[in-house]
Amino acid sequence: MARKKKSMPGINSSSTADIAFMLLIFFLTTTSMDTDKGLARRLPQPPDPNQKVQDNIKVKERNVLQVRINKDNQLMVGSEYMEVSQLRAKAKEFIANPNDDANLPEKHVKNIPLLGGDCMVTENHVISVTNDVGTSYQAYIDVQNELVAAYNELRNAKAEEAFGKSYAECNEDEQKAIRDFIPQKISEAEPKKYGGK
Amino acid sequence: MGKFNKGGKKGMPELNTSSLPDLIFTMLFFFMIVTTMREVTLKVQFKSPQATELEKLEKKSLVTFIYIGKPTQELQAKMGAETRIQLNDRFADVSEVQDYIYQERENMKEEDQPFMQVSIKADKDTKMGIITDVKQALRQSYALNINYSAVQR
Repeated sequence: MARKKKSMPGINSSSTADIAFMLLIFFLTTTSMDTDKGLARRLPQPPDPNQKVQDNIKVKERNVLQVRINKDNQLMVGSEYMEVSQLRAKAKEFIANPNDDANLPEKHVKNIPLLGGDCMVTENHVISVTNDVGTSYQAYIDVQNELVAAYNELRNAKAEEAFGKSYAECNEDEQKAIRDFIPQKISEAEPKKYGGK
Repeated sequence: MGKFNKGGKKGMPELNTSSLPDLIFTMLFFFMIVTTMREVTLKVQFKSPQATELEKLEKKSLVTFIYIGKPTQELQAKMGAETRIQLNDRFADVSEVQDYIYQERENMKEEDQPFMQVSIKADKDTKMGIITDVKQALRQSYALNINYSAVQR
């Protein structure tokens, strides 16, 4: 006996569009397209109250680049007045010390296998950023940005030289090797008030 | 005459709308994916500073936000135009930042706690004094991974 084919009544789907529309409008209104981006930074450990004032940590003068921003957002790098636009070149020169200048950070031998064994690394350099209470946030971010840019450019250059591709394209091990070669050392000094009221 | 007018009523052919839901769904999914729900209502107004070397905030669940700026127009009458800190849904003092961080950390999964990130969303005209205070408070509460929120220049 032949089974009679039962035909299902089709679901009326004419309102799916409306439902989807409603959902769409909901998500449209709640959307904030801003992807959160920012400058990532790591703060130093909090000072130990039992510890005496940090005199024991001596950093040689040649290893430190002092960047000061005063309340009028003016910049002093080392001992000279500077524009923000000049900072990047200055920082790059300081970090890399290409000519082994005696006034720029000293170099140490460090074994990084991926970069072909022993390398001369300016390991102990520190860029110290000090700001005044009255410094504007934008000026501070500008300075931070230039310093990060200096590091990024150096790392990219090194990656290009060693692996023939940009830092972002390198795999994790290669990135680590380059990070070892050019460690990012931006110190945010203890807050201090100076430069008038 | 007459030859071309056989059917009488001519009428526009009906537009086929059967694929309309699919279209809308596609858009819906797009917006669902890019949506980030803001769970707090902003009580301060801020314009993020501009920068070029930005990194994306990776995992939203690991991020705690601290807003710093002037109160919004409506609230200025009540609160004054002084720069304030907003934590969650209310204004707060610098001294409360530490507790807030501890609280937020408690709410996180235990394995995530070491990766906690704090995003500072501050107005670009804020004075550094208040931000330094917040930073010190963050240091004290061992929230060392911070992120200065900024927009691409």
